[in-house]
Amino acid sequence: MSFNTLKLLQKQKKNILETWMKNQLSDEGLREDLISNEDLRTQSEELISALVANLSGEDLADLEGDSWNPVIEILGGIAITRARQGFSPRETGRFVHTLKEALLEVLQHEVEDPKQLFEESLKINRVMDNLSIVTFETFIKGREEVILRQTDEIAEISTPVIRVWDGILALPIIGTLDSSRTQVVMENLLQEIVETGSSIAILDISGVPAVDSLVAQHLIKTVSATRLMGAECIISGIRPEIAQTVVHLGIDLSNIITKATLASALSYAFKVLRLEVRKSSSVQKSNSL
Amino acid sequence: MITGTKTKPMMMILSLSKDTVQVQREQDVVLLRNRIREAAVKIKMGLVNQTKLITAASELLRNMLRYGGGGNCLIEVVTRGRDNGVRLTFSDKGPGIEDIAAAMRDGFSTGKSLGLGLPGAKRLCNEFDLKSKPGEGTVVMILKWANG
Repeated sequence: MSFNTLKLLQKQKKNILETWMKNQLSDEGLREDLISNEDLRTQSEELISALVANLSGEDLADLEGDSWNPVIEILGGIAITRARQGFSPRETGRFVHTLKEALLEVLQHEVEDPKQLFEESLKINRVMDNLSIVTFETFIKGREEVILRQTDEIAEISTPVIRVWDGILALPIIGTLDSSRTQVVMENLLQEIVETGSSIAILDISGVPAVDSLVAQHLIKTVSATRLMGAECIISGIRPEIAQTVVHLGIDLSNIITKATLASALSYAFKVLRLEVRKSSSVQKSNSL
Repeated sequence: MITGTKTKPMMMILSLSKDTVQVQREQDVVLLRNRIREAAVKIKMGLVNQTKLITAASELLRNMLRYGGGGNCLIEVVTRGRDNGVRLTFSDKGPGIEDIAAAMRDGFSTGKSLGLGLPGAKRLCNEFDLKSKPGEGTVVMILKWANG
């Protein structure tokens, strides 16, 4: 960028900011619900200051240069916050694109010579396009972080340990049982066994869509670990199709107590603990009336 | 090459629809399983056979991810005479299998798994075909008929 334009942009910084703000505020995609106008202005001002300070000479098109780091950092910060706040990609893209429009608008006012105007516009275009690519990359990274966090949360939520009775724990497993899930399940279960002093744990796999050899291996490991802790482990919720599949696969689950339903696992557990569930006599009376 | 017992070479197997899914991460397993289930439901495969097919597929998928470094899975709805079925072809460009006969034996594993993946998958399906060249990769084809 020629010295003149650079100087011009530095001089016109305020003007650019005003034009940009005007563009942004008149844009249809303005999200007043997500960001206040003051915050938007602060963000914009910060970015322009960094940008104008950086529009120095030769390394304009080369965003790899170290001198661009502050701009990219600020822009990246804005993109990530926007991703977390729930802005759409279009809205985030508009943020950079309206800045480009503002720059070009100011340039158009100030530069008379068409040839020079065209050349300077090209340069600004190149810089701003590069910046919008950076914005997108960071925005998507921010979104991916959101997804990863949700994955972790799901893994966390989906492995609750329930105390169904004094000394009996139940652990309903919903979804696919992979190695990391197994780790969470096992940790939660063993911890809970220690804390509650339970002697029976019921692993319910009604919500597991498919039991292949790896899932079976994980189940066997969990059962062995539970036994080492001195508790008995029952696997319940084995559906007919799963039973057939496991047999065909050749997995040996005969050492493990398995039940078709959680109810039968619970009644087995009662039997082991020598508990009895009966209808009380008063209820029987009211029933007979 | 190991071929299943129920092959009827007299009739041609025709492919009705094709769908390729890339498998690179463990999360892709869930996606692929759903695709296979969709294909199986389309030809009215029973729940037991569906589960068998999906379990066999997930064995092979895990092998592919663990030993082959990921690969592709081709899901086909096929027909032969009055029978409909789902054919899955898993191909990877991994190190390949050195001793196929050993790999097909129950309890054989070069990793720490139960060693039931390949032989189990073969038992769960109607047709099974494994081709592998050390250094070039592995292709496993399984086929499950809707009422087979």
